[in-house]
Amino acid sequence: MRNELFSVLRRSPFSLKKVRGGFVRLGGAMACLMLVAFVLPNAAQAFSDEELRNIAERLDTKSSTQKITVIEEMAADGDPRVAPILKAMLEGDLFVRDSDEHVVIGRKKGKVYTHIDIVSGEEVGESSSKELSKIKVNNRLRGALRDALATLNLFSPDLNIRTNAVEQIMDARDPTMLPLLLRAIEREDDETLLARMELARATMALAAGENPAERLAAIDVLSSETTPQIRAVLSQFVASAEAEGIEPEVLAAAKDALNDVEGRLSTWQTVGDVYRGISLGSVLLLAAVGLAITFGVMGVINMAHGEMIMIGAYTTFVVQQILSSVLPSGSPWSLIIAVPAAFLVAGMIGVVIERCVIRFLYGRPLETLLATWGVSLVLQQATRTIFGATNQQVTAPDFMSGAIEFSTGLVLTYNRLWIILFSLIVVAGIACVLRYTAFGLQMRAVTQNRRMAGSVGIRTGYVDALTFGLGSGIAGIAGVALSQISNVSPNLGQTYIIDSFMVVVFGGVGNLWGTVLGAFSLGIVNKFLEPFAGAVLAKIFVLIALILFIQKRPKGLFALKGRAVEA
Amino acid sequence: MSNVIANAPSNADTMTLEKEGAENGPAVMADAQRKSNRSETILYVDGVSVTFDGFRALNNLSFYVEPGELRAIIGPNGAGKTTMMDIITGKTRPDTGDVLFKSETDLTKMDEADIANLGIGRKFQKPTVFESHTVFDNLLLACSGGRGVFNALFHRLSGAEKARIDKTLTTIMLDDKRDEMAANLSHGQKQWLEIGMLLMQEPELLLVDEPVAGMTDSETEETAKLLRAIAKEYSVVVVEHDMEFVRDLDCKVTVLHEGSVLAEGRLDHVQKDPRVIEVYLGR
Amino acid sequence: MTDYSQKYKMTPVVGWLLQDRGGMILLAILIAASILIPICSLLLPQSSAFHVPTWMVSLLGKYLCYALLALSVDLIWGFCGILSLGHGAFFALGGYAMGMYLMRQIGDRGVYGNPDLPDFMVFLNWTELPWYWYGFDMFWFAIVMAMFVPGLLAFVFGFLAFRSRVTGVYLSIITQAMTYALLLAFFRNDMGFGGNNGLTDFKDLLGYSLQSDGTRAGLFVASCVFLGLCYIVARGITQSRLGKVLIAIRDAESRVRFTGYRVEYYKLFVFTVSAVMAGIAGALYVPQVGIINPGEFAPALSIEIVIWVAVGGRGTLYGAVLGAFIVNYAKTFFTGVMPDFWLFFLGGLFIAVTLFLPKGVIGAVPAFGSANGQSFLSGVRKRLNAGGKA
Repeated sequence: MRNELFSVLRRSPFSLKKVRGGFVRLGGAMACLMLVAFVLPNAAQAFSDEELRNIAERLDTKSSTQKITVIEEMAADGDPRVAPILKAMLEGDLFVRDSDEHVVIGRKKGKVYTHIDIVSGEEVGESSSKELSKIKVNNRLRGALRDALATLNLFSPDLNIRTNAVEQIMDARDPTMLPLLLRAIEREDDETLLARMELARATMALAAGENPAERLAAIDVLSSETTPQIRAVLSQFVASAEAEGIEPEVLAAAKDALNDVEGRLSTWQTVGDVYRGISLGSVLLLAAVGLAITFGVMGVINMAHGEMIMIGAYTTFVVQQILSSVLPSGSPWSLIIAVPAAFLVAGMIGVVIERCVIRFLYGRPLETLLATWGVSLVLQQATRTIFGATNQQVTAPDFMSGAIEFSTGLVLTYNRLWIILFSLIVVAGIACVLRYTAFGLQMRAVTQNRRMAGSVGIRTGYVDALTFGLGSGIAGIAGVALSQISNVSPNLGQTYIIDSFMVVVFGGVGNLWGTVLGAFSLGIVNKFLEPFAGAVLAKIFVLIALILFIQKRPKGLFALKGRAVEA
Repeated sequence: MSNVIANAPSNADTMTLEKEGAENGPAVMADAQRKSNRSETILYVDGVSVTFDGFRALNNLSFYVEPGELRAIIGPNGAGKTTMMDIITGKTRPDTGDVLFKSETDLTKMDEADIANLGIGRKFQKPTVFESHTVFDNLLLACSGGRGVFNALFHRLSGAEKARIDKTLTTIMLDDKRDEMAANLSHGQKQWLEIGMLLMQEPELLLVDEPVAGMTDSETEETAKLLRAIAKEYSVVVVEHDMEFVRDLDCKVTVLHEGSVLAEGRLDHVQKDPRVIEVYLGR
Repeated sequence: MTDYSQKYKMTPVVGWLLQDRGGMILLAILIAASILIPICSLLLPQSSAFHVPTWMVSLLGKYLCYALLALSVDLIWGFCGILSLGHGAFFALGGYAMGMYLMRQIGDRGVYGNPDLPDFMVFLNWTELPWYWYGFDMFWFAIVMAMFVPGLLAFVFGFLAFRSRVTGVYLSIITQAMTYALLLAFFRNDMGFGGNNGLTDFKDLLGYSLQSDGTRAGLFVASCVFLGLCYIVARGITQSRLGKVLIAIRDAESRVRFTGYRVEYYKLFVFTVSAVMAGIAGALYVPQVGIINPGEFAPALSIEIVIWVAVGGRGTLYGAVLGAFIVNYAKTFFTGVMPDFWLFFLGGLFIAVTLFLPKGVIGAVPAFGSANGQSFLSGVRKRLNAGGKA
């Protein structure tokens, strides 16, 4: 049953290469159990103690070539005790003891060296450096040592080390490793790793396979995988096969397989771009959605919007500081509490700004722009004075750390996934407030016809203040989320303000759905451009495209057309 | 066009529908009539429709204004009066239909400045003058002549221009306000100043949107007198709500409703039309 | 006003200059400063009470460049209602043009001693001068470019924006996006403008060492002259019929359109002229401060320019000059004495000026009257008339 499950996972492109984090702790526990269960058969000792000692003493020679022969011999059988010896040698810690000509590992402790027996791993005395002669290594030897260590790692009792070793072998694609790999496959019991090993074997078989059938089988194994590595293997094979000439059916099969893999990879590349685009889009959306209310609904140019986000992020920091004594680190509660707290703090500051500054400037958008810019400078400096100019550390709760990694190279980090989800929840919440609450109704009424709203008994000043407070509060909530991915510093707001305005203007002022679509399409376009142009150029292109877009549709994507009444 | 109440929309429908099929008799006749209409008109609006997000602001609107005519256009709110003005002056592009000036110039292809320079002046519903300029400068800016950037940069006031401005100041009864900031004028005076600015443009056709909205009775009377005087020299189209004022104008009336012409003729004829009574004059 | 000059049979230029008290004072101060300051700096001994140290000459020269920049913003904002939040871009482009000339003047005296390539290009392992650096070894070419490049950018940007009738805050936002895009672009090393560090380590200008007192005084005088000239040009524009059209556009844009003016061409003209002035300001600024880097493109700096104008009083031209001096002096003062307080002050200034001083300092001084581009005399005449009636 379990085997079936794993083999399904292995075949599908969704196969999980590595699984970390909260959702998959169960998987982790399973892996632990398996580790315990399979350590013993792996730890087969190929040498007897005496053999090991003798073979190691042959390292005491001047000839590098001879040393390499010895190293390869030591490594060939996958004895787990060999690795520490070779590692010590690589680090220059392997010595011959002058007194008895035994090879020992010497660890420097103050002025003396502790001798460690290479077989038992126990301390067997100490001396000054004079009584030890170092087994010298040069660059050529270091290379050989590293290769040998990689080989040995295949037999390590630690699953992670074995996995890494297999990956290294995959990368190196050295056909001489094949016998070793075959031996490792015989011993390996971990299904996932076994699949990787089979893949590595196929990779080598493709290069070194003796008959077409073997190669075709290898191609068959390879074509079922979808990783950039396999693409490289296949394309290299096709290139060399074309140059050297090979059985046509093998070449054709390899080409087909390469096409398949490339096709699937480019799909995954697109999926990855879309995901990264959506992720960026959700950040833009969070940053812009409060602005969609203050600018879009009220027509107020709030240049201090970015600082509302910053205040939200700092509120998160403060809440975490206060609760740090009560809650264990990694607890989600501080972040959950920070959401309403940030809404209230930023919202109240917003109401104060509206009552003290903005309400005197309605109908004068350019002046509002300047005054709110002034507010933003004051808020930035105030934050700097209170908290200092350096970045503050906001810790991520456990459920937001970690990632899902796909073998295709796609990595979905949990904090990004949560932010995407969170941004959608926030937008849905705003939409509900606007549509279903009495306050939303009053707000829309004031927006559409202030005087009429006033004369049916709506306190327009009150609604203005609360609307602005709502927009600012939402910016504060955005700050909670953005504190997880940006530096929490007094400049946090500045990094988002231009982007936020671009999103709102692009989406169409006064249209929440326009903002959503604007944010996601800008995010996706940006991420699709990045592979071609690089991050900075992509951003510049997007800005230029937006400037040109506004020429075409000055009122954004979803502007309402109407009778031109303004004179 | 006669003074008989014409059902212009259906009339126009026929024409548009049969434009292509020139073989059958009535169509040829209609075509001929259409041509003669065109040759006589200063403003020819035919089959104009425009839609804003699904709302049909103008629906196959057709009407014609003869040279030298004074025409009043009335209609309830949302009948499409201002949209019609927007289309004639190039602010809005129609989805379909023709708008011709002096029977030959297609206005739908031109922008506001071009159309203004052709000789169509427009007064807005809300009086719009240059508040930071003196009355004199307002008229100077409206004064016909080079509209180019460098013309304006090196422009110097000529005696002839000054004389024209003085004459217009007299016409619009603002002689003594010559050096006053336009912002300091009363509402009615601003309306007059705006009309004066239109006159300075030497237009052939004046479009006047609700010239007496917010005016006192005496100002309204003066304005009616002013417009009648102006109508002797220019073709004028007035959009107005105020029935008394329209009566004062003593001219042909076009009634708009839901973006089309409902009725056309002398005011007393129109007032008897049952449909007009129903939609506009109240039951 | 126009009839005033006609009445006295004066050429219009002299006519409107004589009516412009603020402008007269400004020009007089500029002439006096350009004579006295070099004398006080170069001829008087250091012990003299009237000696002006070189650092102060450079500081004042820097203020003059800011004043010219403010003037250029006032020309479009005060008179045509175009609130550009990207004027720093034109300033910086002018500065880069001058910086490129100064870079070429270093010649083989750089750290790497390459006669053709500036140090940062050698550092990036470039072997050839990029094509757009050609010609910048000639002073006249750099000066032309310092005006042409900002002018061209303004022309193209303005053509697109004004033609499609982007106005008000939308225009402000896209001008901000423009300077932001340039900021990002100039940060890139591949652009060939020194990336993050910009252009610096200048040695001399037209053969005169930038460190010498004489050159500093010369640059100061040049700043005075250009500020004066640009003031006269700006004043000429605003007093012509074109200037009246601009004010009309500011107050009632569609009325102007329906009167038959092509609003976009007028805006384009004044926007381009203003960008050229900003470019000149940038070109004068760079040799006096000795560095130009992408930071000058920062949107925050462009907004700061607007507050200089607002503090002085928009729509008066000389108010912009005054505002630039007030705010920048305050900046020098606060950043020296209590740096933490500076942003509080600047932020408070933005709020206070928009709320309490919509016409700026000039508007608060009764003698200078209305801030609508009206002359001093017509303001007085109006006040007298009003008094007579009362």
